[in-house]
Amino acid sequence: MSETNSNTQKEPLFSGKNQKLLSNPLNKDNPITVQVLGICSVLAITVQMKTSLVMAISVVAVMGSANLIISLLRKGIPPRIRIIVQLTVIAALVILVDQILKAFVYDVSRQLSVFVGLIITNCIIMGRLEAFALNNKPWPSFLDGIGNAAGYAWVLLAVGFFRELLGSGTLFGYQVIPNALYEFGYENNGFMILPPMALITVGVIIWVHRSRERDLIDIS
Amino acid sequence: MKALHNLVEKVKPNFEKGGKLEKLNRTFEAFETFLFVPGNVTKKGSHIRDAMDMKRTMFHVVIAMIPVMLFGMWNVGYQHYLAIGQEVAFLDQFVYGLIRVLPLIVVSYASGLAIEFLFATIRDHEVNEGFLVSGLLIPLVIPVTTPLWMVAVATIFAVIIGKEVFGGTGMNILNPALLARAFLFFAYPSYLSGEVWIDTTLQEGQQLVDGFSGATALAVLAAGELQYLPSAFEMFVGTIPGSIGETSTVAVLIGAVILVATGVGSLRIMLSVVAGGLFMGGLFNLFAVNDFMAIPPYYHLIMGGFAFGTVYMATDPVSASQTGTGKYIYGFLIGVITILIRVVNPAYPEGMMLAILFMNVFAPLIDHYVVAANIKRRMNRLKKAEVTIQK
Repeated sequence: MSETNSNTQKEPLFSGKNQKLLSNPLNKDNPITVQVLGICSVLAITVQMKTSLVMAISVVAVMGSANLIISLLRKGIPPRIRIIVQLTVIAALVILVDQILKAFVYDVSRQLSVFVGLIITNCIIMGRLEAFALNNKPWPSFLDGIGNAAGYAWVLLAVGFFRELLGSGTLFGYQVIPNALYEFGYENNGFMILPPMALITVGVIIWVHRSRERDLIDIS
Repeated sequence: MKALHNLVEKVKPNFEKGGKLEKLNRTFEAFETFLFVPGNVTKKGSHIRDAMDMKRTMFHVVIAMIPVMLFGMWNVGYQHYLAIGQEVAFLDQFVYGLIRVLPLIVVSYASGLAIEFLFATIRDHEVNEGFLVSGLLIPLVIPVTTPLWMVAVATIFAVIIGKEVFGGTGMNILNPALLARAFLFFAYPSYLSGEVWIDTTLQEGQQLVDGFSGATALAVLAAGELQYLPSAFEMFVGTIPGSIGETSTVAVLIGAVILVATGVGSLRIMLSVVAGGLFMGGLFNLFAVNDFMAIPPYYHLIMGGFAFGTVYMATDPVSASQTGTGKYIYGFLIGVITILIRVVNPAYPEGMMLAILFMNVFAPLIDHYVVAANIKRRMNRLKKAEVTIQK
């Protein structure tokens, strides 16, 4: 009797609420375009699609597991030292990711250089641990981590797409813009490779996003 | 004139609400106010309307730019025939330049105005007049050899990112024309530095003369080849390589007179930029550890884009400081930073563009502190007065 009771009370894995955890950060609660967090890494590593993709995957991995681990530990962490515990968990995960990247995609790992290590300081990760994982069960926390990281990832990939396409004429290192166009007088836009253009690209994405989602516009 | 007015009045109902061409209302309005001062009456507040509205203010700047433009066209032809070692009549030089420069102007206006009209229609605001000036400034600050599509891309970038995202004319932080140039400079560096200043397209049987260099005075100085430096008189008149409109200090001075006489350009800014340039040039001249520092300070005023930037760019009423004292600070620092970049930073032989853009960003801050200082001074005066009354 009690068993069935607990079964009916148990939420399905992808209930409406849990789906929201995944989908909200992709759109109306996007960490980059709405909360404007984690901008530094977006400016630094989006010159190419390849680095953007590797960074995106790394952040998804780190964030999902960090949220899961902290959520599992949440009852055992004394509130006064919670930041140190969070940092230790993230740092351990980042070192893992760094080692894996060095072992399997060494050239990309060299291009990303310090920015893999700097995932530790990515405000989105700490923010979600503080705001969500410390107070929620492991499964929703995990989904929240994945969702926010995915929200970060798509902006990263979008910026990387435009910067590599217009700045180098390539995507993932393969030439996309036909040679005929270059013979016609087309030139790669050197400005796209410089960090200011990443900022402007992010700005344009925010602009487009807000003009599609009218309720995000707040005039204060 | 009467017939034109009648025609405008006749087609007007088509563009008003409910008319056939309602969507193009803003486009029509732009042309109508361009032709005639609109008969609008102020509904509340002050009741005086000056016929000198934004469109006509901007038009004065365009008129002030005409001497520079004409000289630039002639100089393009002059430099071209100099490079291929032919002597042709004055008119031929001018016509050659006209043919080369006109497409740049047309492309700049067409691409910029297309974006302006598009935004005006989507956002339902009036078409911004500011582009009348920017559209002519952009071709004047680039080399004649710049490909047309680059001009279009830079113009569109400057209008959207420099102006429309901030809310249109009057809201922009940076000077749109300079932003277009900065965009070109960083996006396509090989087209905006080096030997791009003279049009060297050769016809059948033509060739460049021996010893042709094509470098600007600033590039010559940066390279330390003092023997190639044009004379001060040449640089003053403007028969030197450079961006289309920037070479002639004489033409720029004529424009400055027009701007100051009509009250459109700020004399304070112009004078303080010159003072800043002379100050920094003089300071370098005192130390004079290399050739660039050793030149007389007034050389800086007639080389490169200093004069052009001072008169047409730094005085932009939107992006410059608004307060009187602020204008002195703003202008002086432009002059100082320009010479600093020119002489000290070898990567940028010309510092005018970067200096003005940099100070554009700081203009609101300068204004803020000027206003704050004024409030503080007057509060002190008030306090003193209160004390004496109490006594």
